[in-house]
Amino acid sequence: MDALLQLLQRDDRTSPSELARQLNLSEKEVMTKIRQWESDGIILGYHAVIDRERIDPDLVTAVIEVKVTPERQGGFDRTAQRIARFEEVENVYLMSGGYDVLVMVNGQSLRDVANFVTNKLSTMDGIQSCTTRFRLKTYKENGILHGVEEKCERLAVAP
Amino acid sequence: MTSRISATVQQIPKSGIRDFFEIVQTMSDVISLGIGEPDFVTPWHIREAAIYALEKGKTSYTSNLGTPRLRSAIATYLAQRLQVDYNPTNEILVTVGVSEGIDLALRALINPGDEVLYHEPCYVSYGPTITLAGGRPIVVPTRAEENFSLNVADLEKAVTSKTKILMINFPTNPTGAAISAEKLAELARFCEKHNLIVLTDEIYSELTYDGATHHSIAAIPGMKNRTILLHGVSKAFAMTGWRIGFACGPADIIEAMMKIHQYSILCAPIMGQEAAVEALERGALSVIKMRNEYERRRNFVVAACRDMGLPCLMPQGAFYIFPNIAKYGMTSKEFALQFLQEKKVAVVPGTAFGASGEGFVRCSYATSMEKLKIAMERLEEFLKERK
Repeated sequence: MDALLQLLQRDDRTSPSELARQLNLSEKEVMTKIRQWESDGIILGYHAVIDRERIDPDLVTAVIEVKVTPERQGGFDRTAQRIARFEEVENVYLMSGGYDVLVMVNGQSLRDVANFVTNKLSTMDGIQSCTTRFRLKTYKENGILHGVEEKCERLAVAP
Repeated sequence: MTSRISATVQQIPKSGIRDFFEIVQTMSDVISLGIGEPDFVTPWHIREAAIYALEKGKTSYTSNLGTPRLRSAIATYLAQRLQVDYNPTNEILVTVGVSEGIDLALRALINPGDEVLYHEPCYVSYGPTITLAGGRPIVVPTRAEENFSLNVADLEKAVTSKTKILMINFPTNPTGAAISAEKLAELARFCEKHNLIVLTDEIYSELTYDGATHHSIAAIPGMKNRTILLHGVSKAFAMTGWRIGFACGPADIIEAMMKIHQYSILCAPIMGQEAAVEALERGALSVIKMRNEYERRRNFVVAACRDMGLPCLMPQGAFYIFPNIAKYGMTSKEFALQFLQEKKVAVVPGTAFGASGEGFVRCSYATSMEKLKIAMERLEEFLKERK
């Protein structure tokens, strides 16, 4: 991946002048690249990374394995896109293996998620079955470790 | 009363870094750019492999030379990375860091009065280790105007009939200098001409920037038989505390080094050796990640120094900048002390790396970007107050 993209992915608040310095580029080059990626849809958005379990201890996340009957035209796309449009749905992936579509859903309670699955998801056309599993604890999310602090303790001056 | 300490040890100066460390120790909240080691923790896959080895009960002595598995991993790694082939059965010795390797090599080769050439500014141990081995340390200068590279013309001035060894270290601690393939070939011809043995410390060879490739003098045709290549996992794999280095060279020299090693150290610690196997066999990605990170930091600190009018070469390797502070009318030591006391940032006076380091300070950029930013702001304030 481009070094500039890597830096942005790690911390999108780094200023263009700062980025330019670290990469030995001019500020203009940095801005041009970023604007291009934004307009090409390579950079899709910027957001804070939040430890949801800490600010929202009651949050429920479900991973739902969905079997879908593919359509003659478009396969799984129409159904998957339909699922993806719901607010409470965080991630949707087409999978290989024993089921077709993986859906990750956030809710304020078990009841919320249960309602979504029984009322919205399983009643949709083309859905054969749903297997719902609940998340118990987060250890790592989007490449960031949770609850593990790693500090490198070094001597103040060393040869 | 005469001292009960040996005359040889008495004549060796204390490390300038040690002096400075003791002052820094007494202060709190210091941002240190004085640290010659990575700020990364050893990559997890390496630590995990070492933990697994401990769980399996790997806690014994190993062969004096090091475990066969590690020696063969070293041979494969060096063939790939530096294009030199060593026989793992008799041409590779696992040491307790490169520091031990330097000591062993010098003690194995030096007869009293033999002269050893080495370039300055350099790592703190070279001169004293030569003296301890009974040799005469002969300093060859390198200059900022020439990117701290090593000139054969300077070597020719220093070489005598008593010269036996040339020690080189590229990329260099503390200057970050690298050496071109052409210059390295000239050094090789110089060594052949004067029948010298080369001791090459290549501990920073994985940390070269701008896509540059590191060349080893051992890979130059005809040189392997007169070269001892020293390398290790400390810097590239962020494994300083594991204390694993390796010395590679002609079998007779390795055998002689092993003799000293078996009586003084016996073997390098097995946990470190187990971890080093994992590092060399599967650590390439971790190295790339860390190298990219160092390169960005290097770009940042060099640009910051130049913006504030501090002359600073763009180092080609290692993780140090060596800016020239001469125009502020202070010695390196005064500069480092005042900067520490007034702005609470520790840098190492250039003189810790030899007299020719006067007028320079070493700043390590193996520190987080956040800390580097604060350190550079404070440096700018410090310099402004002195204009």
